[in-house]
Amino acid sequence: MSTQATESLLTKDSGQGKEPKQRVWQDYFTFNTDHKVIGIQYMVTSFVFYFIGGALAGGIRTELATPASDFVDPETYNRLFTMHGTIMIFFWIIPAGAAFANYLIPLMIGAEDMAFPRLNAVAFWMVPPGSLLLLSSFFFGAPESGWTSYPPLSLISSKVGEGIWIFSLLVIGTSSILGAINFLTTILKMRIPTMGIYQMPLFCWSMIATSALVLIATPVLAAALILLSFDLIVGTNFFNPAGGGDPVVYQHMFWFYSHPAVYIMILPFFGAISEILPVHARKPIFGYRAIAYSSLAIAFLGLIVWAHHMFSSGTPGWLRMFFMITTMVIAVPTGIKVFSWCATIWGGKISFNSSMLFAMGFISAFLIGGLSGVMLASVPFDIHVHDTYFVVAHLHYVLFGGSVLGLFAGFYHWYPKVTGRMINETLGKIHFFLTFIGLNITFLPMHQLGLLGMNRRVALYDPKFQTLNIICTVGAYIMAVSTLPFIINVLWSLKRGAKAGRNPWRALTLEWQTSSPPAIENFAEEPILWSEPYEYGIDSYSIDSDQQVEAILAEVKADV
Amino acid sequence: MNIPSNITTLIAGIVLTLVSLWYGKNHGLMPVAASEDASRVDDIFNLMMTVATGLFILVQGVLIVSFFKFRRRKDDQTDGPPIEGNIPLEILWTAIPAVIVLIISVYSFEIYNAMGGLDPMVSHDRAKMAQMSEGDSSAPQNLIAFNPGKGAIALGLGATPNKQGEAPDLTVNVLGVQYAWIFSYPDLGIGGGDLHLPVGKQVRLNISAADVIHSFWLPEFRIKQDAIPGRDAVLTFTPNRVGEYPIICAELCGSYHGGMVTKLYVHSTEDYQAWLQSQQIATTDDLKEAIAINPAQLSDSEFLAPYAGEIGIDSQTLQQIQ
Amino acid sequence: MQSSTIDPSKTALNYHNSEETVTQHGAHHDFRMFGVAVFLIAESMIFLGLFTAFLIYKSTLPEWPPAGTPELDLLLPGINTINLISSSFVMHKGQSAIKKNDISGLKIWFGITALMGALFLVGQVYEYSHLEFGLTTNLFASSFFVLTGFHGLHVTVGLLLILAVLWRSRKANHYSSAEHFGVEAAELYWHFVDVVWIILFALVYLL
Ligand code: HEA
Ligand code: HEA
Ligand code: CUA
Ligand SMILES: [Cu+2]
Repeated sequence: MSTQATESLLTKDSGQGKEPKQRVWQDYFTFNTDHKVIGIQYMVTSFVFYFIGGALAGGIRTELATPASDFVDPETYNRLFTMHGTIMIFFWIIPAGAAFANYLIPLMIGAEDMAFPRLNAVAFWMVPPGSLLLLSSFFFGAPESGWTSYPPLSLISSKVGEGIWIFSLLVIGTSSILGAINFLTTILKMRIPTMGIYQMPLFCWSMIATSALVLIATPVLAAALILLSFDLIVGTNFFNPAGGGDPVVYQHMFWFYSHPAVYIMILPFFGAISEILPVHARKPIFGYRAIAYSSLAIAFLGLIVWAHHMFSSGTPGWLRMFFMITTMVIAVPTGIKVFSWCATIWGGKISFNSSMLFAMGFISAFLIGGLSGVMLASVPFDIHVHDTYFVVAHLHYVLFGGSVLGLFAGFYHWYPKVTGRMINETLGKIHFFLTFIGLNITFLPMHQLGLLGMNRRVALYDPKFQTLNIICTVGAYIMAVSTLPFIINVLWSLKRGAKAGRNPWRALTLEWQTSSPPAIENFAEEPILWSEPYEYGIDSYSIDSDQQVEAILAEVKADV
Repeated sequence: MNIPSNITTLIAGIVLTLVSLWYGKNHGLMPVAASEDASRVDDIFNLMMTVATGLFILVQGVLIVSFFKFRRRKDDQTDGPPIEGNIPLEILWTAIPAVIVLIISVYSFEIYNAMGGLDPMVSHDRAKMAQMSEGDSSAPQNLIAFNPGKGAIALGLGATPNKQGEAPDLTVNVLGVQYAWIFSYPDLGIGGGDLHLPVGKQVRLNISAADVIHSFWLPEFRIKQDAIPGRDAVLTFTPNRVGEYPIICAELCGSYHGGMVTKLYVHSTEDYQAWLQSQQIATTDDLKEAIAINPAQLSDSEFLAPYAGEIGIDSQTLQQIQ
Repeated sequence: MQSSTIDPSKTALNYHNSEETVTQHGAHHDFRMFGVAVFLIAESMIFLGLFTAFLIYKSTLPEWPPAGTPELDLLLPGINTINLISSSFVMHKGQSAIKKNDISGLKIWFGITALMGALFLVGQVYEYSHLEFGLTTNLFASSFFVLTGFHGLHVTVGLLLILAVLWRSRKANHYSSAEHFGVEAAELYWHFVDVVWIILFALVYLL
């Protein structure tokens, strides 16, 4: 079908061969409009914040090793987790998603660059000021009312820090809206002419869903923050009950953004996983359209479930029931994805390199987080565990076990494309096993802590919970150690890694058709869509293998 | 790929079901249940645990089998079988989760209703609500800058369906302030920093907050409700087990949020009477004093001092606040 | 590379060229209007958020506007509304002009629009200075100022866009019937600001 259509386009040789300029390191510190430079800028910046956020998590876990508040005082503790949550969400996962999107979208759809390269650079260059602004709050008393910043508490504690927090978030929010405009326009308008919507790699589908969420949800957060800043600075009373305002309105506005935000944080990595599994399992993705549309379904449903964060807050009973049901329904499209991924690797010929290990770790850990998410959606149960460590366990399983493991999977998968070098597999595997084991040691016991009665955001806790907490702390240290092989690996491979060549994984999506690292305008010539993105094994059997498709099918079935 | 249906799968399926059923009942993750509502919540949790265990084993099983069985052999450069989908299978794995979440939703709905969550008073009937808030004029509203009874909806858990409309056996007003819970018994004119209840009697807590949002949590009763300044909330429940239980503030409310814990004593009927008598003589004055101070004007440590013993903050912590 | 089952021609870099793609290459399509439209979706969500907050206060508080809030005078804002709505039509004439390559028409109509926009702002400042309540008087007053102020900010931005178009149109041939993205973008933005005002006016003044 499309293959044929493209082949007919293949005609004479090109006349104008542009001499690709080489990138120099200075490019990465300037206002550069190349989407690949911007992608790398996003990636490096977000990693810096991962380590900062992780070091804060180290502080949290060290404090929680004992029931008393002896490592830091309770006020500082509140600042630690507020900054930890904010940094991890707004300066690590969201920009890292934007990093992948920036680097990959134009390559995957055969475009030269984003639709609006300058806007793209503007969007990136809002991140460093925004993040430095947030970090500067450490000098003025960092915010201490949690990443949710509920008034009236946020109006009376650490006022300067709170103000900084608001403005920093407004900056980063604007940045992600500008990014989303670019992604959406690029994907919808700039595909090579032969790439129909169903020939698009699934990563692009997930970025459509993500960008739509950013566009619809982020502005509402901006509205909430604008009102909050008026309350904080000018003394209005939108959210302050002392003057007739209503703090629950803030909660609604905040979660109208922040629930979709969790899908903004996971969907890009769902997309990445859908790219990675077929390549390393050497099988087509199972159920392309189902996966594509489930992203849209998740995005849509994600917009109508926000009050599940407020089941024990100011929501009347009937509203709780409505949001319970819509929340539960999200398990269906997500389940379609998980099962399709399982079916994709089932019967494949899997290479267990670092990327694939992280991808499978992703499915495994995200599953746990998703299952606890569905439990949380049940109102009577959530009333018990809301604001406890059960929620903390859930959010780390989906965010660390989901987004972060997915991010590492993507990192290892596209590292050869971005740098032109192969990663060291041994170090990569050490990184994976330390991370995966550390992750489970840290976050699994938290479920039990929450069920038994340990509330979150506390520096002081009942001594009967100490044993479990020590286990969590040990796990966190293992995770801290796990970053060492990673850093060494990345730096070492950058210089010493084996040359990657154009397509080390023998993948079919367009980004692998150009050189590694890609030339400045991506493709020396317009790339050709030789096949659909995941047609592994489709027409190669007659050439290289004497087995027929039916025979292989029969074999797989028999072994089940 | 067809839905596998040979003997091994069958056995695996049976084992999976049995393990899930067993684990769903024997996870031992919940603290004791001290009311009927708590047992109900445990029921839905057990059901969800069963489902989750099954799905967990299923998906992790696929991953583990793939890990060992579908490894690419060293020099095999061929691709796997080009299977792009299987409509019946996809319909199946859309339908089954849909049915599961439907069952969980309906069951949760039932339980929430049985716990009194859909009592019109707390659900959405505003007229009823207005009557209710007029009733408790003894709540220390005049002290705080706003008036919780101004017509905002009441929230929380009301009476169980068979007791709706009846007056509760006992009403206690609960006020959350940074960093303590203050209880007052409007009908008895007593109060204090911890809560004493008779076993087997339905009690209604009228929850409000004076400064920031707090959240009243009884882990052994599986119930929780935010105390939101400017809004009314109620929790109605019937303790059925004598004992001593923690009361925890679950919503971040400032530096000493972690120290905002106190105790709920569920007494046998006789013990409760004895406690009442000892209180009625002594505490009336104490309480007035406790309420007449405006927390906002005190430093944290001044404010906490009278409660230090009760809420378990030691003198060292108090010092740190300064 | 190793012996692959995949037809090597599939994964290797393939050069090709064709009539169709040459026109695509380089001079690529203009997606800027699409981008502006997408941006306005985001903008309208901010207003939607603020409006919803306003509506929640209105419907949950027992008394709205809170006791003691002076009545809003409708005359001046009414005139302002008519002024702003008409300016959208005036502006559209400007766009029609440039579609016929009529630069001076564009200048005239956009000039009038700019005047009308400025008049709107002046009217609003006048209204602000004659109100009997301030930003922090009560919840209604705060909402009033934040909503109208945030909208006024958008009018200001729209006005600057119009002025920018006028500035650029000094240069002959900057805008033509074929190429006038700036004109279209400014107009779309202005219509947006206009529609938001109609909703805002209905919510704050009329309801
Ligand atoms: C990446 C981020 C991410 C993701 C993807 C999710 C996914 C989900 N989350 Fe989570 N959540 C957070 C991040 C995320 N969450 C965060 C950060 C918080 C805390 C915020 C705070 O208070 O600080 C939170 C809190 C939170 C709460 C509030 C808890 C509370 O405070 O009381 C709830 C309640 O409903 C919830 C539910 C869900 C559900 C139902 C999903 C679903 O999308 C999960 C769907 C996935 C699956 C179900 C697994 C795969 C499916 C199958 C194998 C099919 C079969 C399954 C069934 C039939 C059950 N989440
Ligand atoms: C993507 C998001 C993300 C990620 C990756 C993480 C990662 C981690 N988180 Fe985070 N967390 C959140 C998002 C995230 N968290 C959010 C949103 C909250 C809620 C905040 C709130 O309540 O407002 C939260 C809250 C939270 C709490 C609860 C605090 C409380 O309620 O009192 C805890 C407690 O253990 C915790 C621990 C950890 C740990 C141990 C890691 C580890 O995985 C981190 C591992 C990484 C490293 C350790 C970095 C690498 C190492 C170095 C740079 C060397 C230096 C290291 C040391 C000095 C140890 N987190
Ligand atoms: Cu009160 Cu936390
Ligand atoms: Cu959510």
